[in-house]
Amino acid sequence: MSFLEYAPAPESRAILTLRDEYGLFIDGEFVEGTGGSFQTISPATEERLATISVASDADVHRAVAAARRAYERVWSRMSGTDRGKYLFRIARIIQERARELAVAESLDNGKPIKESRDVDVPLVAAWFFYYAGWADKLDHAGLGPNPRALGVAGQVIPWNFPLMMLAWKIAPALAAGNTVVLKPAETTPLTALLFAEIVQQADLPAGVVNIVTGAGATGQALVAHPDVDKVAFTGSTAVGREIAKKVAGTDKRLTLELGGKAANIVFDDAPIDQAIEGIVNGIFFNQGHVCCAGSRLLVQENIHDEVVDRLKRRLQTLRVGDPLDKNTDIGAINSAEQLERIRTLSDIGEAEGAERWSPDCVLPENGFWFAPTIFTGVSTSNRIAREEIFGPVLSVLTFRTPAEAIAKANNTPYGLSAGIWTDKGSRILAVADKLRAGVVWANTFNRFDPSSPFGGYKESGYGREGGRHGLAAYLTTSQRAGARAAIEARAERAAPAKTVKAKSVKKGAAK
Amino acid sequence: MSRLAVPKTYKLYIGGKFPRSESGRSYEVLSATGGFLANAAKASRKDARDAVVAARAALSGWAGATAYNRGQVLYRIAELLEGRRAQFVDEIMSAEGVSQAAASRQVDEAIDLWVWYAGWADKYVQVTGGANPAAGPYFNLSVPEPTGVVAIVAPQGSSLLGFVSAVAPALVAGNTVVVVASERLPLSAISLSEVLATSDVPGGVVNILTGSPAEIAPWLASHSDVNALDLAGAGDLDWVDLEITAADTLKRVLRPEPGELVPPSVHRITAFTETKTVWHTKSLI
Repeated sequence: MSFLEYAPAPESRAILTLRDEYGLFIDGEFVEGTGGSFQTISPATEERLATISVASDADVHRAVAAARRAYERVWSRMSGTDRGKYLFRIARIIQERARELAVAESLDNGKPIKESRDVDVPLVAAWFFYYAGWADKLDHAGLGPNPRALGVAGQVIPWNFPLMMLAWKIAPALAAGNTVVLKPAETTPLTALLFAEIVQQADLPAGVVNIVTGAGATGQALVAHPDVDKVAFTGSTAVGREIAKKVAGTDKRLTLELGGKAANIVFDDAPIDQAIEGIVNGIFFNQGHVCCAGSRLLVQENIHDEVVDRLKRRLQTLRVGDPLDKNTDIGAINSAEQLERIRTLSDIGEAEGAERWSPDCVLPENGFWFAPTIFTGVSTSNRIAREEIFGPVLSVLTFRTPAEAIAKANNTPYGLSAGIWTDKGSRILAVADKLRAGVVWANTFNRFDPSSPFGGYKESGYGREGGRHGLAAYLTTSQRAGARAAIEARAERAAPAKTVKAKSVKKGAAK
Repeated sequence: MSRLAVPKTYKLYIGGKFPRSESGRSYEVLSATGGFLANAAKASRKDARDAVVAARAALSGWAGATAYNRGQVLYRIAELLEGRRAQFVDEIMSAEGVSQAAASRQVDEAIDLWVWYAGWADKYVQVTGGANPAAGPYFNLSVPEPTGVVAIVAPQGSSLLGFVSAVAPALVAGNTVVVVASERLPLSAISLSEVLATSDVPGGVVNILTGSPAEIAPWLASHSDVNALDLAGAGDLDWVDLEITAADTLKRVLRPEPGELVPPSVHRITAFTETKTVWHTKSLI
């Protein structure tokens, strides 16, 4: 046992009343799915939480049809002011039911209650509050005149931040005037279904939000559905690739938030106390189940030993255990499958010659657990330095010069995030310029805000969520539509004549 | 007695140099009336790869240049093109079979398009980026940056203007490009490379391949060191296949344009940019 002994301080589950079974949420009502069912469990205890419907292709079709009807008859005709008011209502109900949602999230996902309570759920409310205000201001978004919704959005989200990813997807889509069909991850469907109840409480018109549960096949059916106008996906790069292939050649718009292997760069003049906290937060926040996790620590060679020693000391004070305990720092791994992946890659790390270290900690017997782990002596070619582990595993590498740090940081097909720790402002700015990553945290890490665009370079995907950029992903502008109409008209005029004459260049299109 | 003309050898433009295709291949380029104009180089897969290497090597310099500098360089292209109007007008007339007035109009519009895009270099960042009011003690800023190496299939039905309308916007943000020129009308593109070579555009920033887009484009779509694919002129190719190939490396893809030129738009610039958001902590005082 560690030197810090506390009595257990569990958050009460009494605030949460789960149904025994949940159907799909289609056209404003819970309906039974026709694709069978599955159990959702608590990864901390393997206790069954509820039975969840699987949406078949036919169910997905029903959901898309409901979203289409709602789009055409109600949502696209509603004023932006009223759309915004509905979103404000949702934001407020989320705040009112915040504790209940936090408990549900920690139960279903395994993340510590202090994170679901203090990070996830507050950000969910903030996300709806932020985009609610955009709904009646689309003309002022600087996207060109007369921005319009795309139609029906098909959204597939991961299990690491179930409700937060839902908010990142649904809030901008609705604000822009789209209707949605969302598929939560199969291991974490609960908070999305609680959100469906919130949608009912807010009296949102039927069909504007539809939730279909299930596994990969349900997601594929949604993404491939011909009446979906926009696909938004957050998850692995492998699945993202497949979706991009499916969407190729169609009229669907696509945004992808995929994997990462972020470098967290610590220079020798960094504020070490803060840096240690930042490294811990960067990789052990949410059990490392974070696409933007700082999984590669690049530490300047001359402070390597000091940083690693202090890091180890700090890790010994982290509490691993019951996600509902308010003192817990690291909760359960989300699934047996994910645990297996983390174990496999960690074993490979050892086999490839890196030195493995974990603090002494007693892991619960039931459930899925993995002690926080540090690998030192990692080389850039090691698989633990190249592949996304998506767990509480940190690979430590060293560098001597800023140029070397930048080269190593960018030496990955991913490009989602990065961290820089130094007291020198000019160095932060210069290094941030050179990092090929969509989000760079300077002397901080893993910060999120609805006003702040988030998304990747390279194989971490494309498109941004958050801010005006996140709104643009759900709108088409007359600039684009107008240009397209102009092209089509021109093509028609040109086609009968069969000339190759150049047509006049219309610059007005590009305001 | 009339003077015997000295015809030009049309070659590729890779890394600021004018090589023949490493394959030794060439193909006949005919005038609108079917007469012989030139033997253009028929680029191979190896030429395409060399061009990507050159574009990658030129990226940090071009992307790292100040926006003011990039704007001036792009404007300089317009200046030099203006000085060689007559050559391009002649070339377009013989290749496309159009009147002198129409050919002149095409050259004028191409020149004006360079001027228009040159002016965007130091403006699009402010238009698309900015400060974000994050809830906390942070200075949080989003800025667009170039995506990297962009492969372009140029519009196929226009000698000069179509080519410029696809290439110019990709250069504004600091991307470097590998362009497959019009197969039937490649000569103005190669003549333009002579303008580029003398316009302070660093070698490797624009690389021009002539030959068969159907043969070369799949290699560019699958190349791991290409970040984005502009299919503007790929409408007659199996472009869906190209888009599927590009998905393997999650390239940013722009779909074919139906017209002979890509309509000017700031969207053509931002399509090949990545938004970077930097969070700076503020100290408590």
